[in-house]
Amino acid sequence: MSVIFIVLPIAIVMAAAAVTAFILAARNGQFDDLDTPAHRAIQDE
Amino acid sequence: MLVPSVQVAAREIKTTGELRARVACTHCGLDVPAGLIEAGQSEQFCCAGCRTVYSVIQQHGLQKYYSVKQSAGALSRAAKISAREYRECDDPAFHSLYVRDAAHGMKSAELFLPNVHCAACVWLVERLPRVVPGVVEARLDLRKGLANITWQPELVALSDISIGLDHLGYPPLPARSAQARAALRTQDRKQLINLAVAGACAGNVMLLAIALYAGAFSGMDASIHSFMQWVSMGLGLVSLAWPGRVFFISAFKSLRAGVVHLDVPIAIGLAAGGIWSFCSTLAGTGAIYFDSLAVLVFALLAGRWFQQRQQRWAADALELLFVLTPTSARRVTRSIDTEHIEEVAVQSLSLKDIVEVRPGESFPVDGIIVRGQSAVDESLLSGESQPVDINVSSLVAAGTVNLQGVVRAEVLACGENTRVAKLMKLVEDAARRKAPIVRLADRLAGWFTLAMLLLSLLTFVLWSGQGLSSAITHAVALLIVTCPCALGLATPLAMTVAIGRAARTSILIKGADAIQSMAGTGTIFLDKTGTLTEGRMRLAWFDGPSELIPTILAIERNSSHPVALAIASGLSTLTELPSDLSIPALDIARIRQIHGRGIFAEFEERTFTIGSQAFLEECDCRMDSRITDSIAQALAQGLSPVIVAVDRVALAVAAVGDPIRNDARFAIDQLKCLGFKVGILSGDHPQLVAQVASSLGVDSRQAHGGVSPEMKLQMVREHHAEDSVIMVGDGANDAAALAAATVGIAVKGGVEASLAAADVYLGEPGLSGIVELVAASRRTMWVIRRNLCVSLLYNALAATLAIVGVINPLLAAVLMPISSLSVVTLSFRSRTFVNHVNPREESSVRQAAVTASENPSPIRPPEVLACR
Repeated sequence: MSVIFIVLPIAIVMAAAAVTAFILAARNGQFDDLDTPAHRAIQDE
Repeated sequence: MLVPSVQVAAREIKTTGELRARVACTHCGLDVPAGLIEAGQSEQFCCAGCRTVYSVIQQHGLQKYYSVKQSAGALSRAAKISAREYRECDDPAFHSLYVRDAAHGMKSAELFLPNVHCAACVWLVERLPRVVPGVVEARLDLRKGLANITWQPELVALSDISIGLDHLGYPPLPARSAQARAALRTQDRKQLINLAVAGACAGNVMLLAIALYAGAFSGMDASIHSFMQWVSMGLGLVSLAWPGRVFFISAFKSLRAGVVHLDVPIAIGLAAGGIWSFCSTLAGTGAIYFDSLAVLVFALLAGRWFQQRQQRWAADALELLFVLTPTSARRVTRSIDTEHIEEVAVQSLSLKDIVEVRPGESFPVDGIIVRGQSAVDESLLSGESQPVDINVSSLVAAGTVNLQGVVRAEVLACGENTRVAKLMKLVEDAARRKAPIVRLADRLAGWFTLAMLLLSLLTFVLWSGQGLSSAITHAVALLIVTCPCALGLATPLAMTVAIGRAARTSILIKGADAIQSMAGTGTIFLDKTGTLTEGRMRLAWFDGPSELIPTILAIERNSSHPVALAIASGLSTLTELPSDLSIPALDIARIRQIHGRGIFAEFEERTFTIGSQAFLEECDCRMDSRITDSIAQALAQGLSPVIVAVDRVALAVAAVGDPIRNDARFAIDQLKCLGFKVGILSGDHPQLVAQVASSLGVDSRQAHGGVSPEMKLQMVREHHAEDSVIMVGDGANDAAALAAATVGIAVKGGVEASLAAADVYLGEPGLSGIVELVAASRRTMWVIRRNLCVSLLYNALAATLAIVGVINPLLAAVLMPISSLSVVTLSFRSRTFVNHVNPREESSVRQAAVTASENPSPIRPPEVLACR
């Protein structure tokens, strides 16, 4: 059972990494406009 | 001259002769007017705007636009260009407000493009670097209509970029100032980050909590137990201290201001739970509640975020207020004997300056006319579609539209001192002073949390006689089973579902508060022009010989006066002209418009006189009894008669007016049935308002005419003190009243200012939407009450069972989500807004902005007029 002492912190660290990634993305403005990129993707030359 | 006289209601005139073949505009695909078809040309255009845009597109090899547009299935729209010079864009004052420094010595600015509406627009705008060398990048946000342009200042000036965009059919306007926009964006992002952190914490604490409860039930190693408690404490404290701090800050602020705010009980609950759990964890005994707390923070934030996302477009629409007045003006400077006209930014105008305003433009300042005469569309301020004639020494207001002649005005007030700016200030004030409606669920959830914490303490005390572990078990079971997430979800979820369904029926609701207040009864005030009526001049009927119609049409097409436009469009939709030849090719030089009175024209040796009764009498035209009867009939119906005389003999009467909407009577009766008092607030002539009121069955004491925007605000405030007031309107003149009312409803075709001030926007013309709105709001409130009852009953029952000791923590963990699930199911399965199929659902907000900025008055840009 003691493996939980290692696995749990790892899981927390992974969750923290995901949250950090989200925060960075949000600060970068990736969630500012959720409509236009969809149009842009299909019409690139 | 003998012409057989026929009395026909205009719409009864039937098509005779063969139909004219349709010719589609090469650029926009709309029909090309008969007069503009060029024989033998493969490229045909419906207006000068389309021609310009088409040639720019061809010139820069951007033909792919048409295939993109086709694949996007976008609706056709004629290109609108303004042909302005955009000199004000190079003004230092303009630069300091709207332009930012970008990397590598480049500049960037955000421009608002009201005309963008589809995927092809995204494609075309983002090809701007090809059209204007020196532009490095153009990025368009389609939903908001904002283009972010980056350019090299040494290669190109902002005015050239603006002209480039204009020539692509997207005349740009400066968006909100760069600073304000950046602040708003930071706030949006912060909110999203808070939500994400709260969600991550809540999810992980819940996982740990399930393990802990399961462990408490099946036996768990003490070291693992305390380890998990410490970890969940860590996560719980993060949740409280980071996203949860908004509640503490807001509660602290409200306490310091001496008012008890909704966030106070929430903050107390969070603080009590947090401290208790913290101490328990340190001591290694006692229950911890970090799971409930983290979920509560997340549920509350999520509820608020959902509601605010619906309200987000309101903030965006507010920016459109800047569209009301032009950003540039033509200043006339006089040296000794020469005149010099230059385009300058409005900010750099000062008192006593002379500005020139051309037909189709709006006045940039409040001023007094010093030269020229014209008619002005004052609908912005008065809400009335009837143009007002102006002459030397008439006063004009900023934002009103010059319809006919070139005039010069001396500046009396500019910028913040203009009447329209003051009006907008009133709108802002009214919106800010509006008392917030207490959110039932927020209040309940806060007190509920506190009550459950106390109850669990009680349980702990009651069961402590049977040993510590038993006491903890029961207290914890109580806390889990009564997790307030169902309660916190009940209202926001039902509201969000209702708002989403409403949007599908083209009713846009900015805030959940509106639904709550519309479910009650009260007074409902309707604006007349544009709300009860269609808001623009239309030909109601034509009484006279049908042979005259082609000639009248040909004459009226030469005038830009709204009455002439109404007659021309009315007559041409009623009669399908046999062929192009049936519109006589009139020599424009032989048409004389007498300002604000009527038109003289000579054609085939006959004199045509078209105008008001007074004008014809002045011209010594004879009118027989049939004509005077028709005139009397028109006046009795509240319409303006326009008389046509040939060789000084009156032969026909065209009645022009602003007709009452078909569904107005029905809607008003329905609203009365629902228990509302119905009133009219209009800026129009009191007599006309009384007439409309009596024909619609509105109490004459509640029908107020000749009301200024300021008086509208005053009356709404007076009624608001006693009862809830719903204000329905469409114009900038209603905006302040809309903002001050309990619920402001803007109807389709309204201007941006009313859109920004209102709580609800009806995307379809007519009043039936209001009835639907009220009925649906009542259904929604019923759903909310049911949700709250279900979750409270469930929790009360579960709490009792937990105190008695029937429920253990594991069973509680299983039971807890059931209450949330039942609330979710109840919300989604409820029928609030009935969904009838509407293909335009998602773009209705942008459409609103676009239709509004296309100018509510029936004038077109000057060069478009010129080519018609």
